[in-house]
Amino acid sequence: MRFPNHSWQTWIVLPFAGLLAFLFASMNGVPSAPPPYGTLSGGVAIALVLISTLAANYTSNRLLEAVFLFAGAHGAAFFLLAGIKGHEGTAGPAYYLLLASAWLLAWRCVTILSGRRATARPMSIALRLIIPAIFGAWILIIWEAVTRGAGIPFILLPPPSAIGARIANSLPILGSDVRQTIFKAVLIGYVVGNLAGFVVAILADRVPFLRRGLLPIGNMVSALPIIGVAPIMVMWFGFDWPSKAAVVIIMTFFPMLVNTVAGLAASGHMERDLMRTYASGYWPTLLKLRLPAAMPFIFNALKINSTLALIGAIVAEFFGTPVVGMGFRISTEVGRMNIDMVWAEIAVAALAGSVFYGVVALIERAVTFWHPSVRGG
Amino acid sequence: MTGNSPAVVSASKLDLTFQTNDGPVRALSNVDLTIGKGEFVSFIGPSGCGKTTLLRVIADLEKPTSGTISVNGMTPEQAREKRAYGYVFQAAALFPWRTIERNVALPLEIIGLSQAEQAERIKRTMELVNLSGFEKKYPWQLSGGMQQRASIARALAFDADLLLMDEPFGALDEIVRDHLNEQLLDLWGRTNKTICFVTHSIPEAVYLSTRIVVMSPRPGRVTDIIESTLPSKRPLDIRETPEFLAIAARVRDGLRAGHSYDD
Amino acid sequence: MDSFRSKIFPVTAILAGVVVLWYVFAVILNAPFQRDLDSRANETPGVVEFVGKTLAQPKPTLPAPHQVAVNFFENTFLRSVTSNRSLVYNAWVTLSSTLLGFAFGTALGIVIAVGIVHVATLDRSLMPWIIASQTIPILAVAPMIIVVLAAVGITGLIPKALISTYLSFFPVAVGMVKGLRSPELMHLDLMHTYNASRSQTFWKLRVPASVPFLFTSMKVAVAASLVGAIVGELPTGAVAGIGAKLLAGAYYSQTVDIWSALVAGSIVAALLVMVVGIAGRLVDRAMGGRPA
Repeated sequence: MRFPNHSWQTWIVLPFAGLLAFLFASMNGVPSAPPPYGTLSGGVAIALVLISTLAANYTSNRLLEAVFLFAGAHGAAFFLLAGIKGHEGTAGPAYYLLLASAWLLAWRCVTILSGRRATARPMSIALRLIIPAIFGAWILIIWEAVTRGAGIPFILLPPPSAIGARIANSLPILGSDVRQTIFKAVLIGYVVGNLAGFVVAILADRVPFLRRGLLPIGNMVSALPIIGVAPIMVMWFGFDWPSKAAVVIIMTFFPMLVNTVAGLAASGHMERDLMRTYASGYWPTLLKLRLPAAMPFIFNALKINSTLALIGAIVAEFFGTPVVGMGFRISTEVGRMNIDMVWAEIAVAALAGSVFYGVVALIERAVTFWHPSVRGG
Repeated sequence: MTGNSPAVVSASKLDLTFQTNDGPVRALSNVDLTIGKGEFVSFIGPSGCGKTTLLRVIADLEKPTSGTISVNGMTPEQAREKRAYGYVFQAAALFPWRTIERNVALPLEIIGLSQAEQAERIKRTMELVNLSGFEKKYPWQLSGGMQQRASIARALAFDADLLLMDEPFGALDEIVRDHLNEQLLDLWGRTNKTICFVTHSIPEAVYLSTRIVVMSPRPGRVTDIIESTLPSKRPLDIRETPEFLAIAARVRDGLRAGHSYDD
Repeated sequence: MDSFRSKIFPVTAILAGVVVLWYVFAVILNAPFQRDLDSRANETPGVVEFVGKTLAQPKPTLPAPHQVAVNFFENTFLRSVTSNRSLVYNAWVTLSSTLLGFAFGTALGIVIAVGIVHVATLDRSLMPWIIASQTIPILAVAPMIIVVLAAVGITGLIPKALISTYLSFFPVAVGMVKGLRSPELMHLDLMHTYNASRSQTFWKLRVPASVPFLFTSMKVAVAASLVGAIVGELPTGAVAGIGAKLLAGAYYSQTVDIWSALVAGSIVAALLVMVVGIAGRLVDRAMGGRPA
């Protein structure tokens, strides 16, 4: 038997599948043995693994091979998860073998896709999205399959499906938390903190003495655990969002200050000499040369700060809030052992963080289109 | 002169096409070339004429699309695996975390020579490029010309008969370059190595070479091969002799014939 | 002399300005409460006496610098280091989990970076997630990790160190991927002409080239690691550590305690970053770096 497209993954899958079929058959043949999972769906899953492995090995078209592997791996995973329903915590070796084989197929699929060098632009973008998407999907699949197959206690690690259900069922609560934490504390603190940092940076730029003093201090402060001012801010500004916004302002101020000062120094000597030959004053030079040149640095600070602002607001809420807010929800639901709600809140925070960062990054691309890092990719 | 000595490099009908975002680019087109042992061959032409690409094909850093090429009677890949050549890049490309002597030792470490043998080779090659006494210095402590000499020493460390040099003095000022040209000729005379030398300087090519390969772009091809009639002993002021100027004029004509300056 | 004029003098001047401002704000912020106290006691102190009193309240809104300094000094040098009120003890509790987590996180980050650089599949599938996860407020999971691990009987050093590991591995992984990919094309071509093996290229070129990147990202990682350990102490019910001191101070409105805990945390952070920085400079010097 010769495989045109042999790879180590498929060499493991085949004996796995044989062993699997044996285990499956023998377990269902013994009446006293607990059902590993639904007979029908288990059988279908095994069949899918086998068929897609063989089909993929006899295809000469690499893309078709990837499609076979993709369908086999995910189809098998689907039937595997469907079959475990109602039998949580009873999974036997056959279950994990099947999961492992399906995962190997998915890996093989990703390996094939990674090896492709797409020449057409839409194709390369699609590949750039599909490959990490398969990887992410498999983290969720394995998480789901293992938590349910092994019957891991709900409070330890709930399966993703339960977290998803929790998100769907608690949209109003999650919505009000997002409004409290992100639209009040984070955004207001972010805007004020960045503006303050920017203004002080311009000031420091005008007064060299200030710059020489502030820059080392700013650099050092960025390494300090500033988040520790949260209890003080809560005492000063009360439980509601202003205290969180204050924490965010302090956390975002210094990165903006340091980066803007560095950015204002980034324009080249030759360009600055050119502006001097035009007898251009401080402000025209700032607006026409130095600020545009500083934009990559300023956006770097804006991106760092988008994550810092979320962290600041959420952690500050651990120190005291009204009964709404993401940090509040996380700390109280952890106390009540409603771990699925905590995960739901974390998922929302992750989504919010990525969207926030993504928006800043998009604006950056539009503003600093001339910069090599944007042009190149 | 070249007819009876065995060919070090021999290429025929060499073609190389790069796939780029703007469509295919023919970097080399139908290149035929034979280089004999002990020759000093310069490749000259405007940028984009494929002179560096040709050198990289010889070094197995690029694969030709079609045609055949052999280096010391082997494929370039076999030649590279046998360490048949030393390569000098446009920049010195020394590792900044190694002293000069450790930089020269790098290829020797990779082929796994003993410490004693490494020390002996380092001493010999450092003498060849007149860098004795600078063994313990780090690259940033040396001038640009000395750094490039160290990189030549590194390329000589294998003791390969073939030296491939890709615009090695292009980034240096003319005074340093004259000096290094003189030293390189001297080195070539003493070691009897075969040297392939890419340059875009006409005086440099004429001063150094026994043969000058003139190339032109779009597609990259060989337009002329000029045998030098200069004696093997060449003081710097040979560049004012009529003989030298005549060869330089031929090279310039060859470049113009490749209508390479029409844009 | 030159660095004095260009750096030390402006820095000291600005720090002195901060202290002066701090005193001014301490008087302003503490004045209402003091006025309240005085009017209740039917006292009408003079200006100097009033200001003196605002700077000596036991639970001030903003403690004066000297109050923080005295509290810090007492809790650092005058207490036995085994007392749970000692800042040295609390700082050590936080520091130990920081260091453990930092060590694990750095090791994990390096391993993942090596995997990403050498396995194309990992590069294309894992790397986007690592970059994306930098935009996520990971610190939010800290309470859950602590409580969930406590539920299965794991308490003390390990859960906090786990959070520090988590926070420190991201910057190291990203920095090392950058570092291992930093060799120029010319250096890689050079190794190719030597017919060097993958492991030779790795050890002789990629690893030395990545060292500066490693130390830069380790500075970020060690600071993140400390923040992780401090936040990790919050949900444990304030047993010990700098985070616990902060929480206890907030709970009992012991503002001076909060501030001196903050000072302690800042000193630990500055020391950690400095140690990593010095280690980086020593390694750089040993590798022939040009003195700055």
